[in-house]
Amino acid sequence: MSVRRLAQKQPDSFDFTPENRAWAEREIAKYPPGRQASAVIPLLWRAQAQNDYWLPQKAIEKVARMLSMPDIRVLEIATFYSMFNLEPVGQHFIQLCGTTPCMLRGANALKDVLSRRVGEQRHVSADGKFAWLEVECLGACCNAPMVQINDDYYEDLTPENFNKLLDDLAAGRPVQKGSQIGRKSSEPEPGKADTLNDASLFDGSVVGTWKKRFVDARAAEKEAAEKAAAEKAAAAAAEKK
Amino acid sequence: MTKIIVDDREVDVPPEYTLLQACEAAGAEIPRFCFHERLSIAGNCRMCLVEVKGGPPKPAASCAMAVRDLRPGPNGEPPQVFTNTPMVKKAREGVMEFLLINHPLDCPICDQGGECDLQDQAMAYGVDSSRYAENKRAVEDKYIGPLVKTSMNRCIHCTRCVRFTAEVAGTGDMGAIGRGEDMEITTYLESAMTSELQGNVTDLCPVGALLPKPQNFRARPWEYQKTEGVDVMDALGSNIRIDTRGREVIRILPRVNDAVNEEWISDKTRQIVDGLKRQRLDRPYIRENGKLRAASWQEAFAAIAAKVKAASPAKIGAIAGDLCAVEDMFALKLLMEKLGSKNIDCRQDGAKLDPKSGRASYLFNSTIAGIEEADCLLIVGSNPRREAPVLNARIRKRWLKGNFPIGVIGEQADLTYTYKYMGAGVETLLGPDARPPEGAKKPMMIIGQGALMREDGAAILAAAAKVAQGSGAVGDGWNGFNVLHTAAARVGGLDLGFVPQGDGSLGGLNAQAMASGGVDVLFNLGADEIEIAAGAFVVYQGTHGDRGAHRADVILPGAAYTEKSGTYVNTEGRVQLAPRAAFPPGDAREDWAILRALSAVLGQTLPFDSLAQLRKALYAAHPHMARIDAIEAGAAGDISRLAAVGGATGSAPFANAVSDFYLTNPIARASAVMAECSALAGARMLKAAE
Repeated sequence: MSVRRLAQKQPDSFDFTPENRAWAEREIAKYPPGRQASAVIPLLWRAQAQNDYWLPQKAIEKVARMLSMPDIRVLEIATFYSMFNLEPVGQHFIQLCGTTPCMLRGANALKDVLSRRVGEQRHVSADGKFAWLEVECLGACCNAPMVQINDDYYEDLTPENFNKLLDDLAAGRPVQKGSQIGRKSSEPEPGKADTLNDASLFDGSVVGTWKKRFVDARAAEKEAAEKAAAEKAAAAAAEKK
Repeated sequence: MTKIIVDDREVDVPPEYTLLQACEAAGAEIPRFCFHERLSIAGNCRMCLVEVKGGPPKPAASCAMAVRDLRPGPNGEPPQVFTNTPMVKKAREGVMEFLLINHPLDCPICDQGGECDLQDQAMAYGVDSSRYAENKRAVEDKYIGPLVKTSMNRCIHCTRCVRFTAEVAGTGDMGAIGRGEDMEITTYLESAMTSELQGNVTDLCPVGALLPKPQNFRARPWEYQKTEGVDVMDALGSNIRIDTRGREVIRILPRVNDAVNEEWISDKTRQIVDGLKRQRLDRPYIRENGKLRAASWQEAFAAIAAKVKAASPAKIGAIAGDLCAVEDMFALKLLMEKLGSKNIDCRQDGAKLDPKSGRASYLFNSTIAGIEEADCLLIVGSNPRREAPVLNARIRKRWLKGNFPIGVIGEQADLTYTYKYMGAGVETLLGPDARPPEGAKKPMMIIGQGALMREDGAAILAAAAKVAQGSGAVGDGWNGFNVLHTAAARVGGLDLGFVPQGDGSLGGLNAQAMASGGVDVLFNLGADEIEIAAGAFVVYQGTHGDRGAHRADVILPGAAYTEKSGTYVNTEGRVQLAPRAAFPPGDAREDWAILRALSAVLGQTLPFDSLAQLRKALYAAHPHMARIDAIEAGAAGDISRLAAVGGATGSAPFANAVSDFYLTNPIARASAVMAECSALAGARMLKAAE
């Protein structure tokens, strides 16, 4: 996180589309009279979705008017939550998870890809297609490393398939959402041990195997020590002769 | 009441008390930054940590924990709180170390130095050196208006200013953007604050982050001579402390008086100080050949004496302005009596208030603190936000508690609370809407000068009294009929009977008749809000080169409210005595003394040679003036008598008495700070009108 300010270049006006306005009115009506301010986050979120995933100043003021809040109260919320973007984020806004599981599984390589292709964080690429940001855990650690692009998760990334994904997005070709290596949700990776279908897990043959490892290890240790002692004794006897 | 043991001392406190209040009741001092008695509890500075037995086994923020939240001991012993154990000291030292991590070490160049909560508390809980080797946080300074200078590196995020603007001022100007280390206190996109009470955030700020801009680098707190005075910018009589250095008034701060201003003052009260130095009349002037020239007191008095002797008593008159002390008006009234004139008036705005109707007919009878007891309010022809911002904050405070319907008849404006707009004129007042809701036990009506300073003002006042009477607003132990004045001198003047003497055709002329040529010699005691027609010989006794001085033929330089000891009666009828804080500039003198000297030249010597003698005469004539800080309540019978007066009311809508809050009197008009505030407010209104 760093100091967040509204974008320098702002559109002249903002208004909800008729559908969004109707949606917003339904949202406001959920709360009792005098408590309309509770709808501020949904409204800001919808405003951001309508405006290419970033919040212009006029949208903040519009929401403040709609909820009879002072402008500063809405600005506080927009600047507090990092999921509200205050500056344009390009056509595809990439949020890259850099938290431990993803990092261990190669998020840094993805970061290099993004630095090379898109440039610095929080900057829209020259073609206006991409902007990226490293964020904290997005909760898809099973399929690490992963990124969120606009509303969708793209998981099991490698520099190669990530590059291809970005190529496809840039060219407007259809892309696969979710896992990029074809696994369903967080099932085991294809080709890797099919844990849930392993019969030995259920026939009792593995019961005690874990403990047995330590027993075996200890026995081997003991054996080695005895052997060493015997050898030592034999060597001492040979010297005596 | 709940028993609680604080540091081995048992106290009995109400269960809703916070631990902090309970500790204070037991005499233990608790350090704090974010906690403030008149704001909501935030609990974010953590400086008030105490150790509790019977609560969670960790340091507890005493401001945010109530006495009733604590468990008694196993055998029913009262819960125990410790404020001076090693654990408490260590906890507070830890908090202080964190606060000081990002706080700059710039006390030597900080205006707060010497009156800084952080500085004081660091003496008790700070350590001599820092363990923090990284860079300190740096924050851009913000523009938040012409009255408050910011130095945001110093901010410790107590959010007192945010809570003040949201809760007391009601404008919600300030907020905290960002979060964590990047949190910043600011206004919306660095716009100027819009509240008339914004200056109070500088008092609330426990560090030097928000400082009064006009007093930037002027003096250290220990250099001030502090005088406890009374404000005259509005009719509230806010209690103030006037800080002077040498001959100069540097700043004005509020004093705590729960009955009047709690601990807030308006921006005009606070930042008028530069107006006390500009445009001052520091020597007498005489108009010769259409031009004013400096003169000596003797010359000026001689010129007046010549004109007075040539005029018949019926052609001599006096108008008293809005900022006069009671003593000045008393002396002037006596002088006019001696000269045989009945033409005196203290109502330069033409308000149709008459002391003959009894004191209750022109007082804020509920009292200011009484607003908090009321259960509904009708505002007639007034914008309290502009006419008395601190009183408006009191109304808002009552409104925030809930169950307080407010109706407004007159101009529609943003009053910082929601109200039902009923109509613009007197027909609404007389209609069924103006009746208080069913079941209201203490209904309240505030009638502003806007409704009274018109031709049919007396009839409107009577009609309002009738409505109040009919709606049960006037009864035993409660008088909900309130006149909100705009002039600090008005109630004092009415108490003295500084109105045309006599009745009917034999009576004296009122201010409007005098100003439009009814008299040949007009004595103008600081009345700058009235246009005086050409013809009359005008003697202006006042402080500033304003409208009154421009029209004057002789100018007598008087003393401003900080420069004389004076009595003021506020809108609720509270008599308050203000001592002198500074000296008048140049040849200017205290006003009663000028009148006394003039009376001798006129051959009608007033019977007192000192302020003490004057006060003795004043107290003999008006005994309630001697009861300082007390209210001589008006009689409820006055209201019923007033209601019976009747009269024809016009249909014109009510216009408010104050259109520009920042420029209501000559001192304010001489102030550059007020001019800037006024320009900003004007620009805001233009923008809002678009």
